[in-house]
Amino acid sequence: MNTSLAFPAPMAQLVEQLNRLPGIGPKSAQRLAFFLLCAPEEQTRFLTETITAVKEKIIFCSICQNITEADPCLLCQSGDRDHTKICVVEEPLDVLALERSRVYDGMYHVLHGVISPADGVGPDDLKIEELLVRIREGGVEEVIVATNPKLEGDAMSMYLQRLLMPFGVKITRLARGLPVGSDLEYTDEVTLSRALEGRQEI
Amino acid sequence: MRATRLYRVEAVVLKRIESRGADDIVILYTANQGKLKAVARGARRSESKLGGHVETITHGDMLLSQGHGSGFPIITQARMVDGFLPLREDLWRISSAMCAAEMVDRFAPEGESNFAMFQLLVDTLSWLCKVDDSQIPLLYFQLNLAGLLGYRPQLLNCVCCEGTLQPISIFFSSSAGGVLCPSCCNREIGTCSLSVDALKVLRFFQNNNLPSACRLRISAELRSELQQLLQGYIRYVLEQEVRSLRWMDRLRNESCAAL
Repeated sequence: MNTSLAFPAPMAQLVEQLNRLPGIGPKSAQRLAFFLLCAPEEQTRFLTETITAVKEKIIFCSICQNITEADPCLLCQSGDRDHTKICVVEEPLDVLALERSRVYDGMYHVLHGVISPADGVGPDDLKIEELLVRIREGGVEEVIVATNPKLEGDAMSMYLQRLLMPFGVKITRLARGLPVGSDLEYTDEVTLSRALEGRQEI
Repeated sequence: MRATRLYRVEAVVLKRIESRGADDIVILYTANQGKLKAVARGARRSESKLGGHVETITHGDMLLSQGHGSGFPIITQARMVDGFLPLREDLWRISSAMCAAEMVDRFAPEGESNFAMFQLLVDTLSWLCKVDDSQIPLLYFQLNLAGLLGYRPQLLNCVCCEGTLQPISIFFSSSAGGVLCPSCCNREIGTCSLSVDALKVLRFFQNNNLPSACRLRISAELRSELQQLLQGYIRYVLEQEVRSLRWMDRLRNESCAAL
């Protein structure tokens, strides 16, 4: 008979499930499991209910593919937004980041990822067809590609440009250059050359 | 107590994997230590001094710090040597570079140094920036990468009987590791016929440097034959699919459909 010390089954299962979360290693999973075990019952019940509510109530907007409670989402329903511009982003969090800037008043389209051939992520795994449907419906004058300025983001923007060119819409990409608070001395050559290309008269 | 070890590496960034917070795990192919993984702390923050210097498919000089633990070394400083900027402005070039990086990542064992492979990768990325036809550097890369790993295909004589090949009917077998004469072609399974021109190009690629290879003019038909042959050969020796090559097939098919 194995008498070695092990977690009781429900505890082991909780540790295992927490360990599956991104950025949570086995030690962190154990710490979180013990925190939940010792937390007041009310707190853990609220957490469980919140997770269940998120899974049950959050859906993807049938227009922009962003996460929402109501379909279409508030942004897609809004009459104050400029419906002729669509900003294409990789993830729902990118919409929040752009909204925080308070300078963009157009619509969004969330791809839910980016082309990454080495990881087996291709165009069929992303919400590209949904974007093409929106453009085919008409009324769109400009598509702003706001993918991350990384190799995969660059590949994604060029692939989108190839797909969207036949529709005759204006395709733009977010400018790239020096971030606020950065130092020229430490800036890489790709960023510097892009910053020089996009220089503005003062 | 063992002190933290600081060491310098010259490396090409093959891949970046998101880690905790704004950290990234960076897969490097170094000139002297082969493939290794390192942590780029805070690299995804916009104000990071490291982020741009450790971007995927860049060649850089890095200072790594290895603590006492068994964890990955930490990139403490990085300076980009070449960002291969023209690569990032063309979908074919960027996709070819992704293929080359994926092949090195899949082929190269961790911590086993192979300077010739590092040089081949750097040369291929540099020439992808210079040429109009990104397919030639990639084909050259595939054939010579296999060679550097000990899978150099025999292209001079028949790999079975060692007889001289006649420029009439030639076959290639991935499992035999080279070309076959008509009388030996049935001894191996999965042989495919090889045109004389394709054989000449492969021999040229094996015996010449990349700048000379990039001066070749190859017809679309011949290029397609070489792509299929080398893709099959790489799949055979790697025993797995290079996913980026599938992506390139898709791009080619979409381009053909658009015409």
